[in-house]
Amino acid sequence: MRMTPKSATLIVLMALIALSPLLFPSNFYYRVGALIFVNAIAVTGIVILTGYAGQVSLGHAGFAGIGAYACALAPVHLGLPPALAVVLGAVLSGVLAYLVGRPILRLHGYYLGVATLGFGILVTMVLTNERALTGGPDGIEVADLGLRGLLGDLGLKLSNGQFWYFFSGLCMLIGAWIALNLHDSPTGRALRALHGSEVAARTVGIDVARLKLRAFVISAVYASVSGSLLALQNRFVTPDVAGFMHSIEMVTMAVLGGVGSVLGAIFGAAILTLLPQVLTVFAEYEQMVLGLVMILVMIFLPMGLLPSILRTLRRKDE
Amino acid sequence: MSELLQFLFSGVTVGAVYALVALGFTIIYNASDVVNFAQGEFVMLGGMITFAAHAAGLPLPLAAILAIALSAALGVAMNKLAVEPARGAPVVSLIIITIGASIFIQGAAQIVFGKQIHSFPAFSGDAPIRVAGATILPQSLWVIGGAVAVFVALWLFFTRTLLGRAVLATSNNPLAAQLVGINTNFVMTLSFALSAGIGALAGVLATPITLTAYNVGIAFALKGFAGAMLGGMGNPKGALVGGFSIGLIEALTAGYLSSTYKDAAAFVVILAVLFLMPQGLFGRRSTDRV
Repeated sequence: MRMTPKSATLIVLMALIALSPLLFPSNFYYRVGALIFVNAIAVTGIVILTGYAGQVSLGHAGFAGIGAYACALAPVHLGLPPALAVVLGAVLSGVLAYLVGRPILRLHGYYLGVATLGFGILVTMVLTNERALTGGPDGIEVADLGLRGLLGDLGLKLSNGQFWYFFSGLCMLIGAWIALNLHDSPTGRALRALHGSEVAARTVGIDVARLKLRAFVISAVYASVSGSLLALQNRFVTPDVAGFMHSIEMVTMAVLGGVGSVLGAIFGAAILTLLPQVLTVFAEYEQMVLGLVMILVMIFLPMGLLPSILRTLRRKDE
Repeated sequence: MSELLQFLFSGVTVGAVYALVALGFTIIYNASDVVNFAQGEFVMLGGMITFAAHAAGLPLPLAAILAIALSAALGVAMNKLAVEPARGAPVVSLIIITIGASIFIQGAAQIVFGKQIHSFPAFSGDAPIRVAGATILPQSLWVIGGAVAVFVALWLFFTRTLLGRAVLATSNNPLAAQLVGINTNFVMTLSFALSAGIGALAGVLATPITLTAYNVGIAFALKGFAGAMLGGMGNPKGALVGGFSIGLIEALTAGYLSSTYKDAAAFVVILAVLFLMPQGLFGRRSTDRV
């Protein structure tokens, strides 16, 4: 029996999540792993927006910021449990993406880029300047999710690092599963069609504007959940989570790994999350190396790392 | 009244810097359809290299010329090493490449020049000039004059010289330009050199007022890009007007509404313009060929 790419991807991811800890020399690696999964969630959203639908966003960290600050503020001001704050953040992000997306998704290429970029910067600015509410540039503390304590009471004792590793991993799996299902659904096919040519898609009766908006909203929710998990895991959040560099990181991770496939993008998230950890040895040169990696991969492996690697392997088979 | 005049003065000064950055964007965009997000780094380099050369004992004018020449050379190197090899790549890839270059240059500048804020003396002293109750620094006049001079020089270059017309022809249709004997590769090189040089000039002129540090480039790039976009991507006149407009909007917002949200004002205006006039103020309506 041949496995579909969908189940293959999910099995690979599950195996990686389950088996990697066997190689972890210390607890610190759980923390890095959890960070990879959290980034991977946002990047999966970028796959839907950029990889499927072909739309560029340079401001998606804005939604991550909304998700993160929802977790910081809703428990304090609205008395919501943190788990519901995640949902609130996702709903807010989705609604905002719907309102913002309607006008700006008419734009193409660089124009769409700068419009989304402007949106991200506005979010960062509000988070930085409304000190009374958000704590300003110094950031703000975030409540405990409480799930680890609950599991502990049920007899499943995990360290903080372990809990976040497996919990984020599970969330990433769910995100990947949804994205993979979307890929083969009528919506996914329509998105990929309009990626190829908007005019052609419109000609065969696809409501291009509505579908682009749908992809934008879905990817915003992904970014928001990723931001929420990051905030809950760190128990602290600063406006940097919504910043321009974070937006760029998301897009770079996706494109680096291969924006067309969920597995590729997650691979990119892993590489780019690990890179700074490896580069701490030559901390001074970290930025230069990051810039260099971005340029070199785009020039020599324009499809992204994973698809290029897979193609080389396949060629060897033949 | 004098208050308004004061805000206008400061708006026109920053606006001139943004206009220069926007002109740099426009030149490269016209020649190659690439938006060079590293444009702001050349502004930073212009200021930084001038500072370093001046501190090393070079007279200021010589230091400035050295800074502009080195930045132009770096622009050419960037085109040859990073942009040209990726010709024909999708927009996302090009965005990542130029942002990668921007991060790379920033990282290098941090190592070479350190993390401190640097500056050098103003060209014509620091005594403010009083005009109708408001004051303006002599260096502001240098910045504004520089932006206008660059614009006029570019206009003459593009309309009156054979080389300038070759650049225009290339931006219009690279293949046709090649067929009539224009060396399009040279045109690309020239565009990056010009664009980087203009960015560096903006840095040289503005640093005595705005100061400089290794990480100031990205803000200049975003504002300059916004200016170019506001005016209509690819239109030099639009870049000039757009850049000055962003500067004025910022200064007036800072003066009358809120100085913390002055950066927001520029982006709100851009979003509004994009909704109402997706091609910018002076851009042509484009129709896609299917």
